[in-house]
Amino acid sequence: MSLDLTPTAPLLSATGEARRQIEICNACRYCEGFCSVFPAMTRQKAFADGDLTQLANLCHNCRGCYYACQYTAPHEFALNIPAALAEVRVESWERLARPQALARLFQSHGVAMAGLLVAALAGFFWALAALKPLAGAGFYAHLAHNTLVAIFVPAFLLPLALIALSLRAYWREVGGGRVRLAHLLQAMDSAARMKNLSGGHGEGCNFEKGDRFSDRRRLFHQLMMYGFLLCFAATASGTVMHYAFGWEAPYPLFSLPKLLGVPGGAMMLAGAAGLALLKLRADPALGARRVWGGEMAFILLLGFVALTGLALYAATGTGAVGPLLAVHLAAVMVLFLLMPFSKMVHGFFRLAALVAEAGKPAPVGGAE
Amino acid sequence: MTDWPQTSWPETFDLAVVGGGNAALCAAITAAEAGASVLVLEGAPKPYRGGNSRHTRNFRCMHRAPMDPLVGSYEEDEYFHDLMLVTKGKTDEGLARMAIRSSEECLPWMKAHGVRFQPSLSGTLSLGRTNAFFLGGGKALVNAYYNTAQDLGVKVAYEAQVTHVHLDGDRITHLQAEIAGKPVTVQARAFVLASGGFQADIDWLARAWGPSARNFLIRGTPYNRGVVLRDMLDQGAESVGDPTQCHAVAIDGRAPKYDGGIVTRLDCVPFSIVLNQKGERFYDEGEDVWPKRYAIWGRLVAAQPDQVGYALIDAKSIDLFMPSVFPPVKADTIEELAAKMGLDPQAVRRTVDGFNAACRPGKFHPTELDGLRTEGLDIAKTNWARPLDTAPFYGYQLRPGVTFTYLGLKVDARAQVHGPGGPIRNLWAAGEIMAGSILGQGYLAGFGMTIGTVFGRIAGKEAAAHVA
Ligand SMILES: Cc1cc2nc3c(=O)[nH]c(=O)nc-3n(C[C@H](O)[C@H](O)[C@H](O)COP(=O)(O)OP(=O)(O)OC[C@H]3O[C@@H](n4cnc5c(N)ncnc54)[C@H](O)[C@@H]3O)c2cc1C
Ligand code: SF4
Ligand code: SF4
Repeated sequence: MSLDLTPTAPLLSATGEARRQIEICNACRYCEGFCSVFPAMTRQKAFADGDLTQLANLCHNCRGCYYACQYTAPHEFALNIPAALAEVRVESWERLARPQALARLFQSHGVAMAGLLVAALAGFFWALAALKPLAGAGFYAHLAHNTLVAIFVPAFLLPLALIALSLRAYWREVGGGRVRLAHLLQAMDSAARMKNLSGGHGEGCNFEKGDRFSDRRRLFHQLMMYGFLLCFAATASGTVMHYAFGWEAPYPLFSLPKLLGVPGGAMMLAGAAGLALLKLRADPALGARRVWGGEMAFILLLGFVALTGLALYAATGTGAVGPLLAVHLAAVMVLFLLMPFSKMVHGFFRLAALVAEAGKPAPVGGAE
Repeated sequence: MTDWPQTSWPETFDLAVVGGGNAALCAAITAAEAGASVLVLEGAPKPYRGGNSRHTRNFRCMHRAPMDPLVGSYEEDEYFHDLMLVTKGKTDEGLARMAIRSSEECLPWMKAHGVRFQPSLSGTLSLGRTNAFFLGGGKALVNAYYNTAQDLGVKVAYEAQVTHVHLDGDRITHLQAEIAGKPVTVQARAFVLASGGFQADIDWLARAWGPSARNFLIRGTPYNRGVVLRDMLDQGAESVGDPTQCHAVAIDGRAPKYDGGIVTRLDCVPFSIVLNQKGERFYDEGEDVWPKRYAIWGRLVAAQPDQVGYALIDAKSIDLFMPSVFPPVKADTIEELAAKMGLDPQAVRRTVDGFNAACRPGKFHPTELDGLRTEGLDIAKTNWARPLDTAPFYGYQLRPGVTFTYLGLKVDARAQVHGPGGPIRNLWAAGEIMAGSILGQGYLAGFGMTIGTVFGRIAGKEAAAHVA
């Protein structure tokens, strides 16, 4: 790679700023042990826009490299890697999303998310009133199973298709190579353990406690992620039971959907409460300020989905099932629809970044 | 711990520590663990706390067997031998060996007090045996120590510049300080001085070195101005180390005047030719592998007109060294490069032509002494001599960057400071302020932090025992 560092007209100013900062890091490298961003950066001397997109998506804003940096403001180098990479990261999600305008809207505006939720609520209340089936038990008494499927399958698959398009664009931008199973497994392993949030020493990150380490963010994020996956598995198992065995909801407590869904919901709820609290405590100047509101709204939305889901279960057999069902379905619907346009998309990009990283050659050292 | 500049304390502290870098914190933590009440007076504001220690990345550690993260073994005699090589014998053997032996127990102590280590950096594998690298560098180390100190009840005053250490007979009675600009008297029963060197006082450097020192860049904190050292010397404290010398390396000439730290270093010299303002070479760029020559180039550049040098590289060699933080000047011809760097294109052309004609074919090997040398030049390049013939050409400006000063307080093996009438009974010193006792000349990578940790711990222990 040539050493022409005259910046190629940057795509976006955030990328230009990140490039300036990363070049300083690359001459320093003190933070090499914190996470996968630093070893990845040592691979080159000059950073193309795609390189920065990749580095940004490897970073998860643990802030270790901010508190450890001797060049943070008031030093004239004014380093703030967590914020610089957060800006690039959010911009990459917006730029690579289809359609971009929706991403711009929902990434940063919690109000827009709330607005969509209200609209979905209205829609479901209307559906409950207008499409009330003649027969059916439990919540199928309120909305027929087929109606539910007709609404949710497209609401789930369409966003996933859009995300797939985004990831393809991402892969092109960062120059990802052939995907091998080993790379996938390696990436999955990192993600499953959230290895990079352990701070390189296993004591956690610097998210909410300044220059002290804390494992809370990792803990709450794990609760959220695995809670979400459990709930997802609950729904999937319910679908299988419905179609394969003709066993329809409502399910008793000792059934797969409930055994997975109730703890899953509780974990999501705890995770959301914890993550929201940490977000309030953390210094907003070390993240992408612009999207703080959107990110917070997204956490609350996840919590709301879990809460209404649990409430729906608790209300079994009572008159509250109808309205609660509308509320829960509306929340789930919004969550699904916003997958490509909200913080939710970070999971997909991050996994892609880890896979791309696993496929790149090992970093080389300088000649010191 | 108070983060804001508190200026008065109800209690008389057992120990007042002057400075807020590695040596100061090791002393404060050790004394607090022994039960002493401790006040740390850090001259810098909080964002700049930690002196030069926050710019460091490793310390040099003796070990008889592999000791995480260090591989192999690095025994006392080899360590001492390395020290003798760089200091050319200017060291106090007893103190030096004591420091070396103690370094072994520093590593577990540091871990127990919050410092985290990492496998050696990708660019520095050769140091994986002798030097343990701090995860996140020196600022992370400093943060860990401040947190540990806070948990032990140590009080910290920032923007607390000590101006006078009052010596009365064989005791220190009190300190005078300015805390956030307000004059304050600090009472304590024992005192540790750990306020670093004096490299940030350019006037002092200029008096010692000559006016050319005004063109030097200071690689570390602007807060180490040697005020306390000067005050102690004025009161007759015993000193050690050459007052006219400082350790300077050649760094990127565009570095900030202070605090540029590690990213301004330039490793390009072995693969370049280095010219002065007249466009002439002045020293063998290929004398030895870079880590061994790193230290002498500061001095060499300092001796050139206006204390500046110009390293020229061609496209063949540009990827052979760690990047500096500033991009090199780039041009398609030697003349154009010279003009862009403010040099006389004709003079540079002549030098490059002469050099190129003196290069001989042979096998180039960037990582070892390859013996590829010029023939017939007054100043030969004795390794890695390849003609500068492949465009584009690149140039870096070099200036001396000061890392370390040698003049300091003489201490004994208990870190005690001596006045005109013998040991001062309640005064100890640690870190760069006393390092001249051991590092009389030259510099051994990672030894500054070793000295601070070893003597900081000794000073803290002795001070706590004194007040117990
Ligand atoms: C860029 C750079 C990189 C380095 N890398 C390494 C390395 O990797 N390994 C290594 O071993 N060494 C390294 N060194 C050398 C090392 O930094 C020093 O040897 C070491 O930090 C000295 O520690 P100290 O505690 O004595 O002084 P410092 O850490 O400099 O602390 C001095 C403290 O005293 C305070 N102070 C000064 N005057 C006053 C006053 N009047 N009143 C109150 N407070 C005052 C300062 O604010 C500061 O907090 C490096 C130096 C530089 C410049
Ligand atoms: S964040 Fe600061 S300390 Fe860390 S690698 Fe970058 S410049 Fe160095
Ligand atoms: S914030 Fe954390 S994850 Fe991001 S680059 Fe810094 S150390 Fe790595």
